Amino acid sequence: MRLRGPRATAVALTLPLLAFIAASFVAPLGTLLSKSAYEPNVANILPRTLAALDGWSGDGPPAEAAFAAIAEELPKARQERTLVRVAGPVNRLKSGMRRVLTRTARQVETTEFAGSWREALIGINPAWEEPDTWLAIQAAGTRFTLRHYLQALDLERRPDGSIGLQPEESRIYMPLLWRTLLVSLGVTLLCLAIGYPIAHLIATSPPKRSNLLLLMVLVPFWTSLLVRTTAWIVLLQRQGVINSLLVALGLTPDSERLEMIYNMTGTFTAMTHVLLPFMVLPLYSVMRSIPPTHMAAAASLGANPVQGFIRVYLPQTLPGIGAGGLLVFILAIGYYITPALVGGRSGQLISNMIAYHVQTSLNWGLAAALSSILLVAVLGLYLIYSRLIGIDRMRLG
Amino acid sequence: MNGKKILPPHIEYISVRKTYDRSNWVVRDLDLHVQRGEFLTLLGPSGSGKTTCLMMLAGFEAPSAGEIRINGAPVGGLPPDKRGIGVVFQNYALFPHMTVGGNLAFPLEVRGMAAPERQERVERALALVRMEGFGDRRPGQLSGGQQQRIAIARALVFEPELVLMDEPLGALDRRLREELQYEIRRIQRQLGVTVVYVTHDQQEAMAMSDRVAVFQAGRIEQVAAPEVLYEEPQRAFVASFIGENNLLPGRVLSINRGVCAVEVDGRQIEAAHVGDLPVGADTLVAIRPERVTISHEAGRFANEHEATVEDISFLGDHLRVRLSVCGTSSFIAKIPNIVGHGGILPGDLVRVGWATLDCRALEAESK
Repeated sequence: MRLRGPRATAVALTLPLLAFIAASFVAPLGTLLSKSAYEPNVANILPRTLAALDGWSGDGPPAEAAFAAIAEELPKARQERTLVRVAGPVNRLKSGMRRVLTRTARQVETTEFAGSWREALIGINPAWEEPDTWLAIQAAGTRFTLRHYLQALDLERRPDGSIGLQPEESRIYMPLLWRTLLVSLGVTLLCLAIGYPIAHLIATSPPKRSNLLLLMVLVPFWTSLLVRTTAWIVLLQRQGVINSLLVALGLTPDSERLEMIYNMTGTFTAMTHVLLPFMVLPLYSVMRSIPPTHMAAAASLGANPVQGFIRVYLPQTLPGIGAGGLLVFILAIGYYITPALVGGRSGQLISNMIAYHVQTSLNWGLAAALSSILLVAVLGLYLIYSRLIGIDRMRLG
Repeated sequence: MNGKKILPPHIEYISVRKTYDRSNWVVRDLDLHVQRGEFLTLLGPSGSGKTTCLMMLAGFEAPSAGEIRINGAPVGGLPPDKRGIGVVFQNYALFPHMTVGGNLAFPLEVRGMAAPERQERVERALALVRMEGFGDRRPGQLSGGQQQRIAIARALVFEPELVLMDEPLGALDRRLREELQYEIRRIQRQLGVTVVYVTHDQQEAMAMSDRVAVFQAGRIEQVAAPEVLYEEPQRAFVASFIGENNLLPGRVLSINRGVCAVEVDGRQIEAAHVGDLPVGADTLVAIRPERVTISHEAGRFANEHEATVEDISFLGDHLRVRLSVCGTSSFIAKIPNIVGHGGILPGDLVRVGWATLDCRALEAESK
């Protein structure tokens, strides 16, 4: 089909937008997600070493060819400043390897070749004698790998090649994911419990009052997230407004000030406050479309207020509950700033862990794997939701 | 008189007043009785307080003063769900998340009725409004007229003695409205329920009601059967609101046994004396356009005046003639379209005449 005239113009006008989305959303997201399973660095930098390890049994040190290859490729990587890309991944598989690799690379340059690279390297560092060292290099050298996903799911590959749970004390990501899901669910329910009456009040008030109430919901919404979160710090901290008030009133002794922030309580409180408008607005939009005569009709038909609410009003607000709930839940599951500021140690969520691996530990593969799992969890919930309630019935305001 | 116990009226409004802001009275000193089995219409322009009256009866609003009684018992403290009154709303107020059958079963479910009996009642109610087989549809799949039939069935399915209807046909087109007027009247007669009906459409009120209460500015101007309202309006507002009337301002000159002489624009008109208008009082003389005769001969009527034809509109079954007479240039006469209607033309000088009892001297509105 050829596009002509206004249609072609319309398509042309959307091109910058499509280009923008592709450049700013699809490409970075795709790149990041691909990092979770695709790690070509080691394979690109140490191709000959890996080729020499091919067919090595894994018992005892490998053949001389492998030592010769790595003795050539490590100094080369050092000169090309790509050694760090090898050292990081290998170090994650066997700690201490970063030092082994960088030192070896430096010392090999000055070592005179004396017939055996094997002896030369073991002379530089005895770690080269251990099969584990070579296993780590070999594992880091696979281009396509599931090890980030295994780690993100608290699984490990046993020496015999089978996959099993990590020892209990080193399982951290799955408990964190569960905690994140539970906190998000709790925040969603809390937002619903607080937001439903507010939305109803706004939807049924006369225009002047409802505009004022709506403004009171929206002004915090427009206020910087950082300001709102720090406001909670002012209120909730040990020397904060609420604790001082309680102590002044004699309700709590000075030595037992309540711990309301830098823990799960702080995360819960601040997140509920921050996400509340996302619940109120869809609910309000749905409630406003319900004619007030429905409740009057229910009463005239003999339903008391509770029956009228449960049988007539509540079912008609379900699309709003669904939309608001999904919105708050999805935002909560990926929430980062608020838990980082007020969560302390016990109030951290999975996003904070992702941020840690992106910014501090520079383990982008693991960060990407954790992000992917989060994305799959959200999509799964979305599917369940659309199966149960029907996405076409959702009203996003 | 014939030995029967005298029952109280089905509904009584006793000095009922209503204000929302403590300064404007939406309803003022309302006294009204409705008999069992009666079809009473509250008719008036929008904002005249008729809907508020209905809402107070249903229990959605509380009177600011006065009392409403049903079967002789005050209902002041009774919430709407305990009153057992069927209500039909203008926008139907059908529950969109339930089927038609679910809507009809709702009032029976909240009364704890068993499923088999419920089903039977629902079927009967659907048959009553001639909507058999629609039980599984959703309200959204029905036309406006069908939705209103279902709304009526729902208001009747729990067999209330009293049904209130708030402009139920307001959102429908004319043909459908006439069809449903007839249906509502048939159902009301068939079941013998009392109906209080609110509308601003006087034709609807005339066509359906046993009695009509005409509202204006929170007061009832007159309560009477439709033909009485039309033939014997007691007040100028009723005379102008029900049908069409020529209203000529004048002053009462003399009163003699139900007939009074009124001076209008220097001429004298003989009119029926209504109420207790004293001699010398300002009055509005109401003359129905269809009771005015245009002729060239003199001496046939007590009131005859020379008039100039200003304008003639041909409306099929009648001619609408605008005349200059008695100090107004918008005096309307309706001349039936029968052979020999005179062949009058604009600009002609004619004689208009009407009988004494076809014009009524009413109290002028200024109070």
